[in-house]
Amino acid sequence: MAAEPYLLVAIILFAIGAVGVLVRRNAIIIFLCIELMLNAVNLAFVTFARIQHNLDGQVFVFFVMIVAAAEVAVGLALIVALFRKKATLAVDEINLMKW
Amino acid sequence: MVQDILFYLFSGIAIVSAVAMVLHKNPVYSVLLLILTLFSLAGLYVLLEAPFIAAVHIIVYAGAIVVLFLFVIMLLDMKKDLEPVRWRRLSRILAACAGLAFLIEAGLVVLSMREQALMAESGDFAGSVEQVGLLLFTRYLLPFEIASILLLVAIIGVVVLARRKPLVQG
Repeated sequence: MAAEPYLLVAIILFAIGAVGVLVRRNAIIIFLCIELMLNAVNLAFVTFARIQHNLDGQVFVFFVMIVAAAEVAVGLALIVALFRKKATLAVDEINLMKW
Repeated sequence: MVQDILFYLFSGIAIVSAVAMVLHKNPVYSVLLLILTLFSLAGLYVLLEAPFIAAVHIIVYAGAIVVLFLFVIMLLDMKKDLEPVRWRRLSRILAACAGLAFLIEAGLVVLSMREQALMAESGDFAGSVEQVGLLLFTRYLLPFEIASILLLVAIIGVVVLARRKPLVQG
């Protein structure tokens, strides 16, 4: 089977995640969309590893997962801290640093 | 042939549930739809002969990360944030246009790849635990250890951020 369909699926998932980040206001949904984009990139990595017959791509997916886990933990802690402070998750209303 | 059918099945589920995840107004359903996307992605990994990555994907994402999301959503009471997506605002339309532009550009790049990226016969290629683990503990040993430090820093950072009282008074 050709590899292009896999790459196209990865692109579509990445685009959905990017549009979700831009469209939604809820911080948690934005975070979920970032996870979706990371997964799309992982799919592209695995596909290229398969094309090249090279396992380095799969090791990179492993590292992306590690970074994603750390990022999720820190990001959710930030969201909890933010919710304590502002009692909202709408990113439009989080404008303390707006000039 | 069976692989083709499975590919279309998994990718269809992944894309549909991803779109539903973005559009659903309730975050809990969004998280559950993300789990559906992740499971079908794991199926695609199996089709791409990466069984170890598929297993780790399900364990780490569906088992740990998504559960963390669910915990935080249940912890926070956000009734007034339950608003559906409003498409009328100009910025939202521009965002959709940007996504469409990215889709077309990247799609053209993939479709115009000079060599037909046909996947050769798999032969002895298999992302088994043994092979990936061997690579991880030889060539990628240093990044592997640095990753453990990253996780330690993340743990400490989360504890500091989630404290109710700040560490330094005043």
